[in-house]
Amino acid sequence: MSKIVVLAKQVPDTANIRGNAMKEDGTVNRAALPTVFNPEDLNALETALQIKDRTGREVILLTMGPYKAVEIIKQALYMGADAGYLLTDKKFAGSDTWATSYILAEAIKKIGGVDLVVAGRQAIDGDTAQVGPQVAEKLNFNQVTYVTALNDVTDKAITVERDGEFQTEVIKARLPLLLTVTSAANTPRYPSARNMLRYFKADIKENIPAEKRAEYERNGWVIPTLTFADLKDINEAQIGLKGSPTKVNAIRDIAVQGGDLKMYDPQLDGVKALVRDLMKQYVEVQS
Amino acid sequence: MKTAVFIEKRAGTERLRNVTLELTGKAAALMKPFHGEVVGIFVGDRLPEDTDDLFKYGMHRVVFYNNAKLKHLHSIAIKNIVAQFVKSEKPDIVLFGATHTGRDIAPLVAAQIYTGLTADCTQLVIDDYRDKGKILYQIRPAFGGNILATIVTPDHRPMMATVREGVMPLPEQKSNNTVKFEELTVDFKDEWVKSEFLRIIPKISKVDLSAANVIVSGGAGVGNKEAFKMIFQLAEALGAEVGASRAAVDFGFVEKDRQVGQTGSVVRPKLYIACGISGSIQHRAGMEESQKILAINKDPDAPIFGIAHMGIVGDLKEIIPLMIRYLREEG
Repeated sequence: MSKIVVLAKQVPDTANIRGNAMKEDGTVNRAALPTVFNPEDLNALETALQIKDRTGREVILLTMGPYKAVEIIKQALYMGADAGYLLTDKKFAGSDTWATSYILAEAIKKIGGVDLVVAGRQAIDGDTAQVGPQVAEKLNFNQVTYVTALNDVTDKAITVERDGEFQTEVIKARLPLLLTVTSAANTPRYPSARNMLRYFKADIKENIPAEKRAEYERNGWVIPTLTFADLKDINEAQIGLKGSPTKVNAIRDIAVQGGDLKMYDPQLDGVKALVRDLMKQYVEVQS
Repeated sequence: MKTAVFIEKRAGTERLRNVTLELTGKAAALMKPFHGEVVGIFVGDRLPEDTDDLFKYGMHRVVFYNNAKLKHLHSIAIKNIVAQFVKSEKPDIVLFGATHTGRDIAPLVAAQIYTGLTADCTQLVIDDYRDKGKILYQIRPAFGGNILATIVTPDHRPMMATVREGVMPLPEQKSNNTVKFEELTVDFKDEWVKSEFLRIIPKISKVDLSAANVIVSGGAGVGNKEAFKMIFQLAEALGAEVGASRAAVDFGFVEKDRQVGQTGSVVRPKLYIACGISGSIQHRAGMEESQKILAINKDPDAPIFGIAHMGIVGDLKEIIPLMIRYLREEG
């Protein structure tokens, strides 16, 4: 039976920026943000796990990133994924969506026997929604983006609902296929205690002491890594910063700017004054 | 110089989407100093009935491919045809609406051609770049809207970008360009159609925030779904529409189609009331053009106060019921 690969990314938690991640000039200290499993990638994983529940197909998480990204692989194992690969190499650094999707597609080919890839619609650090479709193109897969529900699953096709903005589209999509899933699709399951007990020791091979290697392998605790050297057909000229068609020319932190601001007291009188001013505004609005 | 614009129909209608008009106007403005050309590309079952309007917005030529098999979003087929167009026309720039269609097709085309694509640009500027001559500077918020990044594609062509609907102003229809159509010859392969559209269910209650004069929005600071009801009550008292920040949507307080911001709707109401919204740029990108902004937040340092015209620092659960009470008394 063909495998399902879930694409996931560990991202800075840009949605919950607290005071301690703000610099004095009002900009965000990106290094101070905690990291999370990209939210819609959890919906992608849940979609894949639901297909596994129905068909018994194997679910493999694939993430590209530094060693720290092992955290999300373990989270996926706790939720019910069968395996997780860490795709990591200095040569991959600085890749834009084109180069990233190229590396991911080569890794999926290396994993082999994959006819379904599920990704989150977009990551909260970049919001581009490009990597999923670009992986589909490089694998020559069919694609459906903005998936909001999983309906039927057969060996040949998957029926999903798609958010077409003004309409919901019920689509029977032939495999091989890539889906990008939105947060509306499902509620990701909790990690199971059983899986946590089973996998809490899991780690990449390089971190496992030689004398424990056999025990780790026996128990399925070895998280496989894929590096540049493992992807034998990859063209080095098309990855990393150098192989990326887009370049970041400038980054400007957004600082909060002061403007004309009338403050009201949060007590009774202040609220009354605010409501009176609003009514004025509201009358203008109605005219 | 040449800029291509991906022409999109509003689903369920035979008419152009606004973003196509906005992009045509923007492309015309970008090309004007260089006496460049603006070319539209349409792939679908039939051309939008108001395609001729594009020429009034500065379009010079529309290239189209009609095929009854392409009534729906058959991504692979549409991608192959747009990529064929790009390879033969060789535009310098290609613009797509950052719609659910544009964001489906554009990455496929860029992947096939091996060129750069920048999503959700808020500004597009042509200027000199090192020794490369004139190129497109693509400016977009990133990192949850906490930074503005300028992205360039120095060595690959075309330079591709998507722009959200409502971000570029709708231009005036002042051009008197000649109407010029060209049909694309395509060696269409049935195997490009890889999906079957079983059913199309129109969304009846699609919230249209872009048309609202007054919007009351709630954010993470509202606290929970139950408390979000007071946002609806305040909106009702004001005859307003309800919006939300991304955090409020992510927490499940309210449905996704109410989201305002870089990844939601872009709105320009006369009055915008932000309740418990800290004001990340991601949110501000969708509402800062509002005529008047009222911010209610318990954190006096919340960035939202930086763009607000009226502010009140305190607990929403106390302030909003008071507001509703006085609105009803005064109204």
